[in-house]
Amino acid sequence: MSISISPASSQEFVAEQFDDFAQQRSAAQLGMWVFLATEVLFFGGLFLGYTVFRSLYPRDFAAASHHTDVLIGGVNTAILLFSSTLMALAVRAAELRNQKQLIWLLLGTSFFGIIFMILKGVEYDKDWTGHLVPVLNFEWYQPNPGHAQIFFWLYFAMTGLHAIHVTVGIFLMLILALLARIGKFTTGHFTPIEIAGLYWHFVDIVWIFLFPLLYLAGHR
Amino acid sequence: MGTATHPPKIYWRTCAALMLLLALTWTIGYIDLGMFNVTIALAIAIIKALLVALFFMHIKGSSRLLRLAATVGVIWLLIMLSLTLSDYFTRGWVPLNH
Repeated sequence: MSISISPASSQEFVAEQFDDFAQQRSAAQLGMWVFLATEVLFFGGLFLGYTVFRSLYPRDFAAASHHTDVLIGGVNTAILLFSSTLMALAVRAAELRNQKQLIWLLLGTSFFGIIFMILKGVEYDKDWTGHLVPVLNFEWYQPNPGHAQIFFWLYFAMTGLHAIHVTVGIFLMLILALLARIGKFTTGHFTPIEIAGLYWHFVDIVWIFLFPLLYLAGHR
Repeated sequence: MGTATHPPKIYWRTCAALMLLLALTWTIGYIDLGMFNVTIALAIAIIKALLVALFFMHIKGSSRLLRLAATVGVIWLLIMLSLTLSDYFTRGWVPLNH
């Protein structure tokens, strides 16, 4: 069930240190996966902190998590999953050298990224008016406000770091859409789209774990 | 690997599976299952992450080198988690005289 594409006929995009397009592509893929491994550990430190403090203060974490907006968190999960699907289709379009489809799919991917960021902004605004921002604006009328503050420190650090990654991804997709418009990736040179796709899917995976840990922990 | 392209059906099916799993984890989030809530939530998250890695990131059908690079990232994370947690979870097991 796969369509064969003839190998890239024009090779001017193969850098001189590579034998051919396939070798250049696999070097790029390996480089990206190594970068993603470092990203796993970058976010991993925060997930580790979350695990330690949740196991120390399970009740306070559940009470604090109850104040997150599970509707926005859940809708944002669906938005990122859909955006990732469009990204996967964009890689396919680039490989099939379908320029028009590629541009629209890249724009669609970044569009849903922007919607995600807008909802995130609405959510942060609600957190601010709900006095859930540690140090700056925090009021807690349940037991152990210190422990609840640890939860919200982690909540803002994790969602904030993730939001920075989404913002980078949005700009990346918009730049790639512009380059696709001048025909950069439909001559057989689809590697940049594929590599950017790996990044976008990784950002999606991080959110897949953030949603249950931050939003669902206290809603039962 | 190489120059073969998948039909779009694979991506839409993966998308549908991911949405179903999201609905499932969201629903279970409102049911009190005690300590099993977090276990089930993490199990579903791992399945979703695997679906994204296998079908969107094309780990399925990729070279062994890429599979290794992808797995190693997770293994390092597990080393970091297990070493730190083996400290935190065993504190107080041995009484110390200060």
